[in-house]
Amino acid sequence: MDLRTTYMGLELSSPIVVSACPLSENLENILHMEDAGAGAVVLFSLFEEQIRREDALMDSVLESTTNIHPEASGYFPDFDDYHVGSEAYLDLIRQAKARVDIPIIGSLNGISNEGWIDYARQMEQAGADGIEMNIFFIPADVGISTKDVESRYLDIVRIVRKTVSIPVAVKLNPYFSTMGTMAADLRDAGADALVLFNRFYQPDIDIERLRLVSDLQYSVANEIRLPLLWIAILHGRVPVSLAATTGVQTADEVVKYLLAGADVAMTASSLYKHGIDYLDQMNKDLALWMERHQFATIDAFKGVMSQKNIADPTAYERANYIKILEGQK
Amino acid sequence: MKDHPAVITLDANEATAFVAYRVNEVCAIYPITPSSPMAEFCDEWANKGITNIWGNIPEVIEMQHEGGAAGAVHGALQAGSMTTTFTASQGLMLMLPNFYKIAGELTPTVIHVAARSLAAQALSIFGDHSDVMAARTTGMALLASASVQEAHDLAIIAQAATLESRIPFIHFFDGFRTSHEVNKITLMDEETIRTMIDDALVHAHRQRALNPEHPFIRGTAQNPDVYFQGRETVNRYYDDTPAIVQKAMDTYATLSGRQYDLFTYTGAPDADRVVIIMGSGGETATETAKELIRQGEPVGVIQVRLYRPFSKTHLLQALPASTRAIAVLDRTKEPGAGGEPLYLDVLGAISEAVMEGKMRVLPRIIGGRYGLSSKEFTPAMVKTIFDELGQANPKNHFTIGIHDDVTHTSLEVDPAFSLDESKWTQALFYGLGADGTVGANKNSIKIIGENTDLYAQGYFVYDSKKSGARTVSHLRFGTAPIRAPYLIRTADFIGCHQFSFLENVEMIHQLKPGGTLLINAPFDMDDTWKHIPGEVQEALLAKKARVFLIDANAVARDTGMGNRINTIMQTCFFAISGVLPREEAIDHIKKAIEKTYFKKGPSVIRKNFEAVDQTLENLFELTLPTGSTNQRQVGTILPVGAPAFVREVTVRMLAGHGDDLPVSMLPVDGTYPSGTTKWEKRNVADLIPVWDDELCIQCGNCSFVCPHSVIRSKYYHNDHLVGAPEGFKSAQINARGYPETRFTLDVYLEDCTGCNLCVEACPVTDPENRDRRAINLEEKAPLLESGRVHLQFFEQIPLNDRTRVNYDTVHGVQFLEPLFEFSGACAGCGETPYIKVLTQLFGDRLVVANATGCSSIYGGNLPTTPWSVNKDGRGPAWSNSLFEDNAEFGLGMRVSADKLRDTARQLVSQLQEDIGVHLSHDLLEADQRNEVEIALQRARVADLQERLISIQDPRARSLASLADHLVDRSVWLVGGDGWAYDIGSSGLDHVLASGRNVNVLVLDTEVYSNTGGQMSKATPTAATAKFAAGGKKVGKKDLALQAISYGNVYVAQVAMGANPQQTLLAFREAEAYDGPSLILAYSHCIAHGIDMTKGLTQQELAVKSGYWPLLRYHPDLRKAGHRPFVLDAPRPTIQLKDYAYNELRYKILTRTQPAEAERLMSLAQEIADLRWRTYEEMAGYDASSFAPMG
Repeated sequence: MDLRTTYMGLELSSPIVVSACPLSENLENILHMEDAGAGAVVLFSLFEEQIRREDALMDSVLESTTNIHPEASGYFPDFDDYHVGSEAYLDLIRQAKARVDIPIIGSLNGISNEGWIDYARQMEQAGADGIEMNIFFIPADVGISTKDVESRYLDIVRIVRKTVSIPVAVKLNPYFSTMGTMAADLRDAGADALVLFNRFYQPDIDIERLRLVSDLQYSVANEIRLPLLWIAILHGRVPVSLAATTGVQTADEVVKYLLAGADVAMTASSLYKHGIDYLDQMNKDLALWMERHQFATIDAFKGVMSQKNIADPTAYERANYIKILEGQK
Repeated sequence: MKDHPAVITLDANEATAFVAYRVNEVCAIYPITPSSPMAEFCDEWANKGITNIWGNIPEVIEMQHEGGAAGAVHGALQAGSMTTTFTASQGLMLMLPNFYKIAGELTPTVIHVAARSLAAQALSIFGDHSDVMAARTTGMALLASASVQEAHDLAIIAQAATLESRIPFIHFFDGFRTSHEVNKITLMDEETIRTMIDDALVHAHRQRALNPEHPFIRGTAQNPDVYFQGRETVNRYYDDTPAIVQKAMDTYATLSGRQYDLFTYTGAPDADRVVIIMGSGGETATETAKELIRQGEPVGVIQVRLYRPFSKTHLLQALPASTRAIAVLDRTKEPGAGGEPLYLDVLGAISEAVMEGKMRVLPRIIGGRYGLSSKEFTPAMVKTIFDELGQANPKNHFTIGIHDDVTHTSLEVDPAFSLDESKWTQALFYGLGADGTVGANKNSIKIIGENTDLYAQGYFVYDSKKSGARTVSHLRFGTAPIRAPYLIRTADFIGCHQFSFLENVEMIHQLKPGGTLLINAPFDMDDTWKHIPGEVQEALLAKKARVFLIDANAVARDTGMGNRINTIMQTCFFAISGVLPREEAIDHIKKAIEKTYFKKGPSVIRKNFEAVDQTLENLFELTLPTGSTNQRQVGTILPVGAPAFVREVTVRMLAGHGDDLPVSMLPVDGTYPSGTTKWEKRNVADLIPVWDDELCIQCGNCSFVCPHSVIRSKYYHNDHLVGAPEGFKSAQINARGYPETRFTLDVYLEDCTGCNLCVEACPVTDPENRDRRAINLEEKAPLLESGRVHLQFFEQIPLNDRTRVNYDTVHGVQFLEPLFEFSGACAGCGETPYIKVLTQLFGDRLVVANATGCSSIYGGNLPTTPWSVNKDGRGPAWSNSLFEDNAEFGLGMRVSADKLRDTARQLVSQLQEDIGVHLSHDLLEADQRNEVEIALQRARVADLQERLISIQDPRARSLASLADHLVDRSVWLVGGDGWAYDIGSSGLDHVLASGRNVNVLVLDTEVYSNTGGQMSKATPTAATAKFAAGGKKVGKKDLALQAISYGNVYVAQVAMGANPQQTLLAFREAEAYDGPSLILAYSHCIAHGIDMTKGLTQQELAVKSGYWPLLRYHPDLRKAGHRPFVLDAPRPTIQLKDYAYNELRYKILTRTQPAEAERLMSLAQEIADLRWRTYEEMAGYDASSFAPMG
């Protein structure tokens, strides 16, 4: 069975891609992912803010503890080889590129134009095959206009596009009022791919201590509906690669996303649950499904259930929603 | 000699370590000031894979104390390695036994020592020769360096000489004055080192090593028949050594161009007066002699380098035949001796020479002491000594540099004399430890020393506080090598980096006429002059000074540098001092910035460049008015109501005039009054806590965690509010049934460090503003005056009656007076809150044995002490013995207290007829378990003392001297983890095993905090520390389990930030338990690399992650058949890394060695999990599962 697919211009051996997560902080894990059949690996995100915070902490700690007392000129070992900024991340790209054949995609979360430019360029120079832009922006300012939010995304994409020549993907949130136009605008701004969707920080509240609780909840399979909808709508309408990235727990979700029109399906939580070897199982299950349905290649069924390709295009629209509600009566 | 020798600016510690590292295979190390950097450099170089001259990386191993290091050195030498160590002071004392062995076995090695005072009437970290002189009997050769260059050079000469002579060497230089002086030196290259070290001699050393292939025994026990002869076998080796050393010096001279001699004479060929001296003082003496010769005086100086073996022949060769009078200067004191050691050696050598006819006339030989504990030794003092030698009857056994008005040993110095200083640019910089002034100056020295032909020297003086410490940097620049190992007295340039320092007129007195003063002024041009005190204005006008202003904090803010003013002030210095052409200097600064911040990317470099450019645009010269315009004079420290000693002695030390105190004003036995920090009013914080009386729930948390005891609470009757000043805050007490009782929380705002822990500990959040608590930091300046008035009123409200306070709760403890207050510990210190609580609970009957370390420094470093007294004059009795013996020291206190209490009880029994049967019975039988009972016992003792006056029996006098012991004493052994886990561990183990009623408080910062964060056995897995740059590989020692294994030791592990109530409970249980108790207290520390305002949060996370489980083991529960082991923390709710990676000590490794960091973090998690499981199981064990008590 031929599982090959193309994503943002990159040839992949499988449509199952490891999404940005801490598992890829470790080179051994990346090697393991390739062995288990990952089509590509999106590295964990490089957070400009985190780098800045850590550097600031280091600076302030060193400043406040150096040469302050006659008995201690400092409190830490020599820092000559201390990897500041993005150095460790770039090292990982270099090492991974030297050891694996599958594409390695850097994931970047910037907070300033400078950060986007500097780190995107550094990732390209380190050998990344592509960059996934993890634009993490919650318009918490209730006065901000839709246009401002959209411009912010588009400006960042233009900046990065201008900076690097490798493919760039944009990881989107699902809250744009006109997702189709936004997708097209992003494409025009230079995005080679869209990743649907980013799961934003959603805090809980501890009702005893009156504090916000932020913990990571793995996505579950029934969360695929929203990205599934938009992938199905966008496929074939906006000339851009599509990646699906929520709720991929088994090969079933992979199949669904591909049927809707995704070029790849990304997963992380399944690997946390079952281990990295589970990629192999998912590939096997995908192949079995294809065999059962007599699809020899991914392209043979990619997008067949997209809005553009199905017999009843309104199934993905509001009318469908009404039908469902009526069905429940 | 090389055509282009490398020049470099560094201090003697680095210069020495550079050589030692390259010619050794094993370094056994242990930190001690001021030698620690030598060990740290070796550890760092080994971690970086730098090799020695044989192409291998030396093995660097940290030991548990210097005795251990010496043992490891001895063993490594016996096994054939080239081996060294580095130490000073008490560390050297611990090595002495091994030195006898190493020397007795003719084992070549060089031990490098930054010579330091020994603890006598007090500890001192500063430099003199007391330590090395105590080693002079061991058989080790003693080689003295006088400067940074010499330390570098003699390090290799010593190594060459030890290999050939087989005599082990101590190579030493003056602690701080040389060890920490930065100077420009010529660095020896590897080829020179290779040439100096004869590999054949290295091989011979290996051949003599223990080897089972051709075995022998060494280290026998000998009997009267042969021991003596055996001792004499080594004589010829010692006889040969001076010539061998001179040969090595001569060889080195051919390689380097720098000639050294065993005794170097500098002076007039026909000198009649000669000073003989060793160490850095020799440079001062030599330079002064040159000046006096220019003035026509026939004088000279002999600089001693090889002190042991003492070569009389070489000394006599160096001494001009014309010499009529000699002054021998010792930088040590040997109380009770006929003279100090060098003096006696010279006297003996010359006397023998005269007796043997080698000299015709016996010169007048006098000895003197100078420079103890880095006391300044100046050209004026040298001239005074030469003048004294010219007297018909010069004073022998004199002292110089002090005023001895008791035994009148001192010579009076004319301070006006100085050498020509016009050849140097001299600059002084007054800064704060935290503002980066010292670092910037070290950088300036590097820029000038390594990029121009100029020579540079830097020496840095700190005060003894760890928060708000003032630093003074002394920098000289000149066209010739700078041989001036003494402080700058008059400067061409003074940088005043904090405006408040202008309150110190002494600083301005140091400015030369026409000199330049740079002020960091937070005012505009016109306003600045108005804010300068009148006396300072007058001094500036009289000196026709040039005054430059910069608002460095504003420039820093505007250019995104935060509060870092160091680059800005450094730029100003280069721009106006004229040391280098302005453009060239700025170019150098920018290059240095690029080098420093290369890895941080272009934006950081841009930011720094902008700061430099903005600095130049905002630097202005002030046009001085014609006259002084400010009536306000400089502030003086005149503590109203302070005791006489504080007014007459302490205040002078605080004002920086301690050098002027005569001998008569100092206590003879090192005894100083308690409670003196309260007179300082250091005002180090700009932000101080302000109480919100409406929001506050009066829980006491803020006061409980306050490291500096500045937050105090009282409850009182309404009536006390009569006359309250405007704005004095008071709230209804948060307790039912007390409608007339009020509560006030006040802040000693001038003693606060603004650390923010109180805010962090506050559980209340303002519902209208989630960022506000019931206590919040606010600008101090607008609150200062009213705050003082409020505090004055607060102080006259009576303290709460200790017998009416609920000790069980944190809420109650806030009403107990702390008897440890306003220490100079770091802002937000994690240790001091525990000590403070200790004094609140038991302070008036507390006896403390304090191990050397942070706690002994902020607790007992003059001028002041935070250990205080209550209104009755009672309070903690505190003492520090050593680092290594604190457990035994404290046990001795306990044994003594018990013995004297028993004697007192015996006398009470014997005298009961005279005392009264009823009182006697009560004195002997009454319980003393709580404050009420203790108060009653104190009243009985007072009654007893009254009655004893009229009792004629001589035993009554004895009982009167012992009656205090009838009140139970609470003996606490306090120290850090360096003490408890490492250097003092065997003593601590013994003390815990003794079963005696001592309480041990371990302030666990998990590193040697005081000496700069070196690894201890408390350092956790995966954390980096000095000596563990690659991350600690093994687990932290479980001291709690060790102690629990005895069965009869009360053990608690506490973390105030996680559970203050449990901390309180543990302290009370430990004290109440009649047996040994051990409390392990998590103490966050600047050495953890944290934002210190978040120290308590880190404590909480440490507990939540299961890394630091809160626990208590109570032997009394074991005895009663209950489960004795209690876990006071819930199961871990977060991963170890969620706690650890908030700290730089862990985070560093993820950046330097990510894979190793991950491996170690996983190991650390495993260890934490295992420890938690073990404890959890133990919590379920019944009493019989623990060791029974005897």
